[in-house]
Amino acid sequence: MTVQVPKLEYRHRVDDLLRTERLPHVWCPGCGIGITLQAFLRAVKALEAKGVVDRKQLVFVTGIGCTGRASGYVRLDGAHTPHGRPIAYAYGVKLANPKLVPVVFSGDGDLAGIGGNHLLHAARRNFDMLVIMVNNFNYALTGGQLAPTTPHGAYSTTTPKGNPERPMDVARLVAALGANYVARWSIHYPVHIEEAIKRALPRRGFRFIEVLSICPEIFGRHIGFRSPVDLYERLRKVSKVKKPKTLEEIKYDWENEITLGVFVDKDEPGYMESICSVYNYDWCNELPERRWSKQ
Amino acid sequence: MARREFLTGNEAMAEAAIAAGLRVFIGYPITPASDLFEYLAEKLPSYGGIVFQAEDEIASINALVGATYAGAKAMTATSGPGFSLMAESLGLAAMLEAPIVIVYNMRTGPSTGIATGTGQGDVMQSRWASHGHYGVVVYSPWSVQEAYNLVVKAFDTAWRLRVPTIVLSDAVIAHTRELAVVYEPGEVKVADRKPPREPPGEFKPFKPDPDDLVPPMAFYGEGYAVLAESLAHDERGYYTTDPENYERLVRRLEGKITRNKHHVVSSEARYTEDAETVIVAFGTLARSALALVKDLRKQGKKVGLWRPVSIWPLDEEGLSKAVEHADRVIVAEMNLGQLYREIARILGPTGRKIELVPVLTPELPGPDELLGYFEKAGVEI
Ligand SMILES: Cc1ncc(C[n+]2csc(CCOP(=O)(O)OP(=O)(O)O)c2C)c(N)n1
Ligand code: SF4
Ligand SMILES: [Mg+2]
Repeated sequence: MTVQVPKLEYRHRVDDLLRTERLPHVWCPGCGIGITLQAFLRAVKALEAKGVVDRKQLVFVTGIGCTGRASGYVRLDGAHTPHGRPIAYAYGVKLANPKLVPVVFSGDGDLAGIGGNHLLHAARRNFDMLVIMVNNFNYALTGGQLAPTTPHGAYSTTTPKGNPERPMDVARLVAALGANYVARWSIHYPVHIEEAIKRALPRRGFRFIEVLSICPEIFGRHIGFRSPVDLYERLRKVSKVKKPKTLEEIKYDWENEITLGVFVDKDEPGYMESICSVYNYDWCNELPERRWSKQ
Repeated sequence: MARREFLTGNEAMAEAAIAAGLRVFIGYPITPASDLFEYLAEKLPSYGGIVFQAEDEIASINALVGATYAGAKAMTATSGPGFSLMAESLGLAAMLEAPIVIVYNMRTGPSTGIATGTGQGDVMQSRWASHGHYGVVVYSPWSVQEAYNLVVKAFDTAWRLRVPTIVLSDAVIAHTRELAVVYEPGEVKVADRKPPREPPGEFKPFKPDPDDLVPPMAFYGEGYAVLAESLAHDERGYYTTDPENYERLVRRLEGKITRNKHHVVSSEARYTEDAETVIVAFGTLARSALALVKDLRKQGKKVGLWRPVSIWPLDEEGLSKAVEHADRVIVAEMNLGQLYREIARILGPTGRKIELVPVLTPELPGPDELLGYFEKAGVEI
């Protein structure tokens, strides 16, 4: 006997920003990447409804990793670039057509490890782009090797006796380099992530949002939190929302505190406006960043 | 208006890029390419273009690919160490069919080598630097004027075929001053993209036209939601491991160059009509080789020169014609035999004797010195 399964015509409010024909996606049950991606897509819809951005302006650039696979599902102009290179690719997009708005969405290993040099210099230049970094504390796609963000002492497949290194506090680093907007949230705060994106997307200069995520399949399993709920609770326990007054107050310590919150929120001229102060390009008056700027 | 100027090769190549419509130059300083960058930094903004100094060559090439997808004619200039760093994303450019142009001024390798010396050690690296099988086009000039012409040609090829195109020059061309005829933007012929013919939703960014195997190109910002996918992809740009799709894709990345060879290949033959011995040399070494051929002709020796202008792919028909009357072919190059392997591959089956004269020196030899390298290699002429 064959069973007729009725076709569900389920529509989600962000479906029109997705290449739905490619679903189901590759991510594991309980993975935090989807929460982050949905926050981004919701923010785009909200900004579009307010007439602040047009989806045709956006270029969604990812690197390689579980997080990097997002570009395959998002129905925007985009690129799935080599490991570590989405920021570099985004430079070219913006320089070639300054009316476009690059959004980089990638993993901690991709952006802070192999692509770290680009992250440093993009932040230093206050280069006009939004970067969303999904930090799952490890190299997930390749099976759970050490990342620059892996907590000290934690097991990874390449540090089987525990990580002897100190991790990098990426958000604090980017803040120290002078980026216009820096925030860190965790997937426990989807509304805050969405709000941060709504604030940071229509803005000039370099904007960086780190999202602490859970990877139950690899990182969780390796450190003894196999169930997504357990890892979710473990991460919640250490994530503390604060309003740090100095960079020193921002903590990245898996045992005690990983500070969440908005660390930098300013509106200094970005790279594109800086070159417009030297050269009079015909596009200078049409920069979206100029329109968004409060000044 | 065309004008004659006394320019270095680097200045001429910068002028050529401007004439070809360069909008975005991205570079990282390296000898002997920095002064091309510096020249453009002075001049390109007045033509509306942007010059950007990246943090490394890896950033340069990835940014170039992004720039072409956003609709700009884009170029970088580098040398061996920088090109080595670009290797991974040279493959990206080929995979995404991004029409980037790279001026590659060879210096003395390997490694940091002799930064101020010249060289020809990068024939293979220019073709095979990245992993996997893909296609690129490589031209090699022997004069300042030809360097100018080939940069224009490189933009034309890159945009006509959607293929990364390299001008493999060297330290001698880079810094030699010669008279060259140069033009303004709009005065040289350079292909543009084929725009999409279907509306968004129907347009497939990697669907080739059957005649030239080149897909029309939609730019970012035009509403096509183009996905530039570095993974193996189908015509929509969607990742797939399907073996048939993979074979079709990889064959096409190289096949579109072969299919359009008439636009791409070029070579020059001198004194070959009756030549019993043909010397093969490219780039600046071919100038010394030509002088040597002229000397040998004065001694009554039936020697000719064949000089490839496109190195990858070679003008195989031109080569076959040039050696029609020759039973000996001597490849002289500034390495231990890279172009030689290609010549041997093409002419080996014809039974001709194919000899190699390696010229390992950081300085371009004159004709007499070049003859010395023939003797050193035990190649009589
Ligand atoms: C040049 C290069 N080196 C190594 C790899 C293998 N690799 C793919 S993804 C990855 C790590 C991904 O980690 P992350 O960026 O944190 O992404 P996640 O999977 O955790 O989301 C590595 C090492 C690669 N693709 N390219
Ligand atoms: S391996 Fe981890 S990061 Fe990757 S999809 Fe699974 S849960 Fe998510
Ligand atoms: Mg990760």
